[in-house]
Amino acid sequence: MIQFHLDARSGVSPYLQLIQQVRQALRLGLLSEGDQLPTVKDVVALLAINPNTVLKAYRELEYEGLVAARAGVGTFVTKTLTDGSLAAHGPLRVDLQDWLGRARQAGLDDESIEALFATTFRAASAGNGPSATIEEEVR
Amino acid sequence: MTAVLETRGLGKRYRKRWALSDCTLSVPAGHVTGLVGPNGAGKTTLLNLAVGLLAPTTGTALVLGGEPASSEEQLAKVGFVAQDAPIYAGLTVADHLRMGAHMNPAWDAGAAEHRISQLGLDPDQKAGKLSGGQRAQLALTLAIAKRPEVLILDEPIASLDPLARREFLQMLMEVTAEHELSVVMSSHLVSDLERICDYMIVLVASRVQVTGEVDALLGSHYQLTGPRCDPATLPEDWQIISASHTDRQSTLLVRSDRPIVDSTMTVDQIGLEDLVLAYMSQASRPVTRHANPASPDQSALEAQR
Repeated sequence: MIQFHLDARSGVSPYLQLIQQVRQALRLGLLSEGDQLPTVKDVVALLAINPNTVLKAYRELEYEGLVAARAGVGTFVTKTLTDGSLAAHGPLRVDLQDWLGRARQAGLDDESIEALFATTFRAASAGNGPSATIEEEVR
Repeated sequence: MTAVLETRGLGKRYRKRWALSDCTLSVPAGHVTGLVGPNGAGKTTLLNLAVGLLAPTTGTALVLGGEPASSEEQLAKVGFVAQDAPIYAGLTVADHLRMGAHMNPAWDAGAAEHRISQLGLDPDQKAGKLSGGQRAQLALTLAIAKRPEVLILDEPIASLDPLARREFLQMLMEVTAEHELSVVMSSHLVSDLERICDYMIVLVASRVQVTGEVDALLGSHYQLTGPRCDPATLPEDWQIISASHTDRQSTLLVRSDRPIVDSTMTVDQIGLEDLVLAYMSQASRPVTRHANPASPDQSALEAQR
């Protein structure tokens, strides 16, 4: 079972934050097929948010085929997002650290690095035909 | 589905002053509704009319389709916590529960006692000795234990510290989810309501300024910034909620049912707090539409040219 948290200053709506946290947990292998998501009542009792926000987030995840609601029981994970790509994380992280080191050596500060990454990422995903998922995460 | 709260031309006058005038709105069931506005806007008057503590001067109010406080059945459907969570200081916590059991036909004694122990309240404690946060929780427990269909709360968290506020809202949202309650609560702080409300009523100077589902409101308002523009040249179907100009730049808040695509200006979504504040300041300083040549914005624009 995962526990949600909200970042009030992120500017991302609670609804999207919940969705992102489930996706991230799926991607990192914290949630796998058959696991139950916290009940709506538990989530709102913890976060003090509107129950409809949680329902909406769960419906969206259901629409994406990641979870399924079982009436009277709860919402369960039906799909995993790790699918072998998890193994590639390590080498990719090393590459990225390498690149970050070079960017620093070239004199880029944090903001310049983030800006460069964001624009390159956007340009690349525009070329590939952006999916809704990627766009949401950039925001 | 029957509206939780439906008013038509509702007004209340105290001697010469109108505390609420010409209020027409309809709040659908299944929402947590925020009633926001500055102090003295008429929020308490509207809520007191809804629960039948006040009689209207003009118009009508219906709660769940019934006239407020018109029958025992109607009273049983509505849970109400008045401002500052009134309790009987001389009675113990347990006395309050006993009183609730005597006065309410559908009283859920088990749930009330469970809630009190979960909150860590001592049943033998005199209610007058409770902290502000505990008093509010006791009042909410009583309002919930009568098993209402709608819960009406007047500034329930205004006087609480941040931790007590959070605990109160956690409990409120938990029971809302558990019993599928509709909630109407007032506050003069939008930030308190941002995470919990999905329906909004903005009341300023005794009048309803805007009302609707939060997502729909946020989706139909746009913040535009760009080079200085003449309000007279803006599209007819834009409703200008606020406009400010420097000598180079214009900032507009626009309500539009169509998505805004404007190449000359930057279009941003707006947050709930900024939206509500814009309506509040609009009410105190009306922005006239450009059809009116004497509009203050435009004359200011002319003067600066």
